[in-house]
Amino acid sequence: MTPLKFVGTSPRRIDGLEKVTGAATYVDDIPFGPNLLHAEIVESPFAHALIERIDTSAAKKIPGVVCVVTGKEFPYRFGLYMQDRFIFPTDRVRFVGEQVAAVIARDPQTAKRAAKLVKVVYRELEPVLDLEQALRVNAVLVHPDLGNYTRCPWFFPQAGTNIAHRRKTRKGDVEKGFREADAIFEDTYTVPRYAHCAIEPHVIVGLYDLSGRLTLWSASQSPYTQRNVFAQTLAPLGLTHKDIRVVTPYVGGGFGGKAGVSMEIIGAALAIMVKGQPVKVRWSRAQEFYNTYQRQGVIARIKLGAKKDGTITAIEHTLHWDAGGYVEYGANVVNAVGLSATGPYRIPNVKIDSVCVYTNLPPGGPYRGFGYSEFHFGLESHMTGFAQKLGIDPVEFRRRNAIREGDTLAYGAEMNPNGLREAIDRVAAEIGWGKKEVSPDPRKAIGKGFACFWKAPAMPPNAASAAFMKFNEDGSLNVSVSGMEIGQGYLTVMAQIAAEILTVPVEKIRIESPDTDRNAYEWQTVGSHVTWGCGNAVQAAALDVRGKMFAVVERALGFARDTLYLEDEKVKCRARPDFALPLRDFVISGIQTPHGNFIGGPILGSGVFMPEFTSALSDPETSQGGHPNVHYTVGAAAVKLEIDKQTGKMRVLKATLAVDAGKAIHPELVRGQIVGGMVQGLATALYEDIRYDLKGKLLNANFTDYKIPTAMDTPLEIVPIIVEVAQPDGPFGARGIAEHTMIPAAAIVANAVEDAVGLRLKTLPITAEKVALALAGIAYDDVKGAYMGLCFAGKPETYAFCTNAARRSR
Amino acid sequence: MKTTVTVALNGETRRVDVAPNEILLDVLREKLGVTSPKIGCERGDCGACTVLLDGKTVRSCLILAIEADGHEITTVEGLSRDGLTPLQQSLLEHNSFQCGFCAPGMVLSATALLARQPSPSEEEAKEAIAGNLCRCTGYQPIVAAIVAAGQKARQRA
Repeated sequence: MTPLKFVGTSPRRIDGLEKVTGAATYVDDIPFGPNLLHAEIVESPFAHALIERIDTSAAKKIPGVVCVVTGKEFPYRFGLYMQDRFIFPTDRVRFVGEQVAAVIARDPQTAKRAAKLVKVVYRELEPVLDLEQALRVNAVLVHPDLGNYTRCPWFFPQAGTNIAHRRKTRKGDVEKGFREADAIFEDTYTVPRYAHCAIEPHVIVGLYDLSGRLTLWSASQSPYTQRNVFAQTLAPLGLTHKDIRVVTPYVGGGFGGKAGVSMEIIGAALAIMVKGQPVKVRWSRAQEFYNTYQRQGVIARIKLGAKKDGTITAIEHTLHWDAGGYVEYGANVVNAVGLSATGPYRIPNVKIDSVCVYTNLPPGGPYRGFGYSEFHFGLESHMTGFAQKLGIDPVEFRRRNAIREGDTLAYGAEMNPNGLREAIDRVAAEIGWGKKEVSPDPRKAIGKGFACFWKAPAMPPNAASAAFMKFNEDGSLNVSVSGMEIGQGYLTVMAQIAAEILTVPVEKIRIESPDTDRNAYEWQTVGSHVTWGCGNAVQAAALDVRGKMFAVVERALGFARDTLYLEDEKVKCRARPDFALPLRDFVISGIQTPHGNFIGGPILGSGVFMPEFTSALSDPETSQGGHPNVHYTVGAAAVKLEIDKQTGKMRVLKATLAVDAGKAIHPELVRGQIVGGMVQGLATALYEDIRYDLKGKLLNANFTDYKIPTAMDTPLEIVPIIVEVAQPDGPFGARGIAEHTMIPAAAIVANAVEDAVGLRLKTLPITAEKVALALAGIAYDDVKGAYMGLCFAGKPETYAFCTNAARRSR
Repeated sequence: MKTTVTVALNGETRRVDVAPNEILLDVLREKLGVTSPKIGCERGDCGACTVLLDGKTVRSCLILAIEADGHEITTVEGLSRDGLTPLQQSLLEHNSFQCGFCAPGMVLSATALLARQPSPSEEEAKEAIAGNLCRCTGYQPIVAAIVAAGQKARQRA
């Protein structure tokens, strides 16, 4: 095999120049001229209320107001996996900040002023703000119509309750597994909600032109999925896929928050109301927090059984998710965890219940990690705690139970090739595992924490990717795909894959951001699957192009095509060492024969990829029988943490993470994901701290009160480690790695705190305040529980595990 | 009531009518066609709207357009008229940015730093960009590029 020339190198990002010069265009930068209209949203002040009456007359009288839109105009439901949302609700509101109406005006100030004049009469209902209340018999129902919603076939809502979905996974006999165990360890872990905080707020501009064509410029990870949801939702108006076009320029950060359809449906609907004029809906930073998606909160009860030698015999993992007022996307997060909450371990007996619960808090949804960060906090805290109980080193405990290729997964399919053991060993070596470090400052303690992780992309079995290619006269290449460059470096990686096969250098490849009228199909850019899925499509397209080039050479010159190969942008022939035909000489205009005619023409190619081996059909009682996940990416991480024992203040001295990329197509980008994901993850562990008041109103919807890391808050050192055990069906062996890099962050911090000062904190975040109080012998949740901003507003005493979360464990 | 404001925007004198309550960010983006300063939070938290006012970084969402009257404003569009600056070159070579939304503000904060401290330490670089939030990179490749640009400048000197 010839050595790789482009794959495995770290060229300049193909979007780099645009981004350092300010040339990169985002939706809000596109000029729409003086006719552009602006929308302001009228929002619900209540977490749960019936809408009795909406009076728009005063708002309509304001000069400059073009129209006021309510649910009356659009009584349509939408949703990605379950249609449980209205564009504007007509009957009731389900979270504080939900859109009730919109004012469209000539300028934003007028829209804002008029929105204040829209009078909405509500009848307040009891809000469902915590899980205990939501799950009570005869609970107030967030969705009384739950039984009637259109949904994907792998969701199991329970009509007459607040349970939107329950994923049950059963393997072996869990009771037998616990009987066989020498030790059993049980505990409960709690993870609150988090916000994505992409720096670019959501924004969409819609134009329903006078010919009836609807174009949307959207800051989105999901152009084709958006078009599909818009077409489904607006079908009653006669709109079809052909009539709708979604254009997605660069996106200023996604992290899952711009996946699927959230506020964008408003832009699509409003455009219909002002035919012929573009209308912009741009979210404020506050709306960004409460009316897109949030990462869901979860309470996870874990029971593990193991033999004396550390072999795990059984796991029972029960997760209740605070999924918010709408779960059209979030229920699939719950589903994904229900299939994978064993973690990357070989466990013969498994019982997982992952339960999606409606509450009157903002809608939950996808967030980098897709539920895995949440369950890994509990599971990997538990693994360390159990290892200590068993008297086994926590790293050795993990190594002993680490999953291997060919092992049977919880739902019955086989585990893919993976480098989990290598990741464990390299991370342990890098962090100096087993070497206790002492701070020279007696007020400070140093601890180390370790965790493993895994994650599979959550995608429907027919999630497809496609690519087109065409050459230009100079032999440069255009690649057309519809994955989104959300910062991860996807475009550069696609260019490298094409370059490797076609020998055209990366800097001669142009890839434009998606436009659903022109670009090849992509389901969505989620799940860290585009390097793998779309990479396979690009590879197929490049092979198609290569085959067509060889066919032209064979027809024009008579060289057998199986003797032809590409090298340095030339077609060469094994049988004719002197032959070298530059691509630029024929990829547009063909090859001239001695008769003067030309053979060939513009070289075009296409490729598609669909994971044809997957299936979501399985027994709802056990999840056995299907193949819901394509493969898992695995890894390990560790941290060295310094704690000030008086103030609780923590400093990350060193963090390291190893991820099995299969093949790192662009190693520098992989390292970039590790560093960025680790910093994002450590923030969720240490200080990002969402707060609600007792009526369900989000209190800290801004960067002053919801702190995300600045350059001064980064660890002193982060060491990225790349493991490469090839994914057999990946392009050049690659699989996705980007979400994974934040998954273990919370657990390594919790484990390091325990190592340093002997406190086992089981509720995120692990703030300095919480640590300081716990060190002083005060359980944080006893004094602050009511304002934790989780799903427990008002009644922390109902959660024994919550109020006991900060007890000394040794 | 409108007031005419005169600014030297990226080296060119521009006049523009503004309302007294209009912020500089909106005027730059909507009336002067300069879209590199981004709208991220509109309350001075994120730094995506950073511009240079007489060479110093300001958040253009926190100052009124009328306050800029008679001053020099530089945005990232004004930096690379004659090719990339050594800082931009270094950021490009380090593949420093991911989504790029924070990049214009980041570039200007680092440009101002290099103007007053041509060869900054890692700590100085971190401090200079501490008011520019980036959710993607963990800052490391941005800081590395700023420090490297300074080192290169020292070698040249």
